[in-house]
Amino acid sequence: MVLAGRTILDRVSFTVAPGSFTGLIGSNGAGKTTLLKTILGLVKPTSGTVSIGGAAGPRRDPIVGYVPQKIALEPDAPLRARDLIGLGLDGHRYGMTRPSARRRNLIDEILAAVNATRFADRRVGRLSGGEQQRVMIAHALISRPRLLLLDEPLANLDIGSSHEVVELLRRIATDQGIAIVLTAHDMNPLLHAMDRIVYIARGRAVSGTTAEVVRTETLSELYGYHVEVIHAAGRVLVAAGEAGEGKNARTPPAPPDSQVG
Amino acid sequence: MFETFMINAFETSAIVAIVSGVVGFFTVLRGAAFAAHAIPNGAFAGAAGASLLGISKLVGLGVFALVGAVLIAALGRRSRSDVATALTVALLLGLGDLFLSRSEEYSAQVFALLFGDILGVASYQIVPTALLGLACILVILMLYRPLLLSSVVPDVAEARGISPRWMDLAFLIILALVTTMAVPIVGAFLIFSLLIGPAAAARAFTDRPLPAMVMSSCIALVVVWAAIAVSYTTNLPVGFFVGSFSGLCYGLGRGWAIWGDRLRMSGRPAG
Ligand SMILES: Nc1ncnc2c1ncn2[C@@H]1O[C@H](COP(=O)(O)OP(=O)(O)OP(=O)(O)O)[C@@H](O)[C@H]1O
Ligand SMILES: [Mg+2]
Repeated sequence: MVLAGRTILDRVSFTVAPGSFTGLIGSNGAGKTTLLKTILGLVKPTSGTVSIGGAAGPRRDPIVGYVPQKIALEPDAPLRARDLIGLGLDGHRYGMTRPSARRRNLIDEILAAVNATRFADRRVGRLSGGEQQRVMIAHALISRPRLLLLDEPLANLDIGSSHEVVELLRRIATDQGIAIVLTAHDMNPLLHAMDRIVYIARGRAVSGTTAEVVRTETLSELYGYHVEVIHAAGRVLVAAGEAGEGKNARTPPAPPDSQVG
Repeated sequence: MFETFMINAFETSAIVAIVSGVVGFFTVLRGAAFAAHAIPNGAFAGAAGASLLGISKLVGLGVFALVGAVLIAALGRRSRSDVATALTVALLLGLGDLFLSRSEEYSAQVFALLFGDILGVASYQIVPTALLGLACILVILMLYRPLLLSSVVPDVAEARGISPRWMDLAFLIILALVTTMAVPIVGAFLIFSLLIGPAAAARAFTDRPLPAMVMSSCIALVVVWAAIAVSYTTNLPVGFFVGSFSGLCYGLGRGWAIWGDRLRMSGRPAG
């Protein structure tokens, strides 16, 4: 993947299975968003392919759901959370929305599934970042995608809510057989939930189970210099070795919490 | 108050108001107020050019409005759209200046294109106004859902296969149609106030998209009819009343919203 003459990602390859939960981990600017956009077909790879459900060429319709990193909604816009979720069902179709009991039930169901019933009738632009996050997840889920891509869904959330969202997504993946791929700069909240991890650094990626990837040897090879993977209190810290090219700890030492990985 | 010219005025202005309300809903939702200002003003230059060539003003308006829409969409693709919009309107108004300097158009006619001539609408203008208005409404009804989705969350819409660039172009073309329809009736400045005021006011009264769109049209209709009636009785220009009533509605909307928030706050404890 080359953008504006810079090579952003190179030789990145991984697969996800239905019902699996994959974390795309990398620091700021590593290329996580770029990788998701490539999967969506919004940016074209310089070389290589993406195939979904056996058919080459991604995107379109309910096959892939997407929750972007930045959601900027105007506070005064006359649009309730349930209106936006309804557009997830049929927003790509021509014509007007036709209200029906079936449509309403589907929306209510999905609202309950993401725990958003409480603010379903409020203007979506006035919801908090975390509440909007849930609405966007519901928006993506209601079309029953086979693959759900979420860009930094935990970035806005406090530890409690981020735990809740991870649990929610984990459950959706298992119950509905949807392959979920989400990006994060900190892998810790995801450790216990991920089936596979794709770790991106320096334009390259390694993938596998967390046990395979999050190891001193694997990550050192990826970074091209010695990094130390430190396990402490159920958390993982990736720290640059002695001659760390001026780079310090990759994962900011988060405040201690009760989470056990 | 119900002479033929007044009936014509009420009829055409009703069409203009209803269509402006519908298109205005999307204008405000997309934050496209600047484009809604630029396209009518740029199209004004087209009318000046048309009278220089001795062809129909409607053709001049239509061509310049479309050129403006396409230019804004094409330039806005690569850079910020407000810059693209500003450059487009500057270019078109520059042409307008050139055309006016070459023509013998007297200032009353130029004035009418800027501030409208609702009371001077002739019967033959009703049909083209209605046809252009109908075209706008049909396009909006057809694009309603993708346009709504693309206006609020463009990148999610794009992931669903709705190209934001095409939606942008489609919307600007709708603005060009409204412009062509409305400038001969209410003028380049007033169409702007009809596109923004009622739609901005409507969102204070409802939090749902379709009712907001319908209410926007109703407010626009009330504003224009009231303006015509008051202008008839006071002999002051219609434009003055359209502009101020439209602002007034927005003020009322804001007041209503603040009042509603207060009520809700006193109704239940914080949280
Ligand atoms: N359109 C573009 N043109 C040129 N460079 C780009 C473009 N989009 C992204 N980049 C560059 O590609 C790199 C990866 O960007 P990307 O947005 O994928 O990072 P990220 O991993 O999502 O980071 P973050 O955690 O900050 O969201 C960055 O260095 C960015 O500057
Ligand atoms: Mg990103």
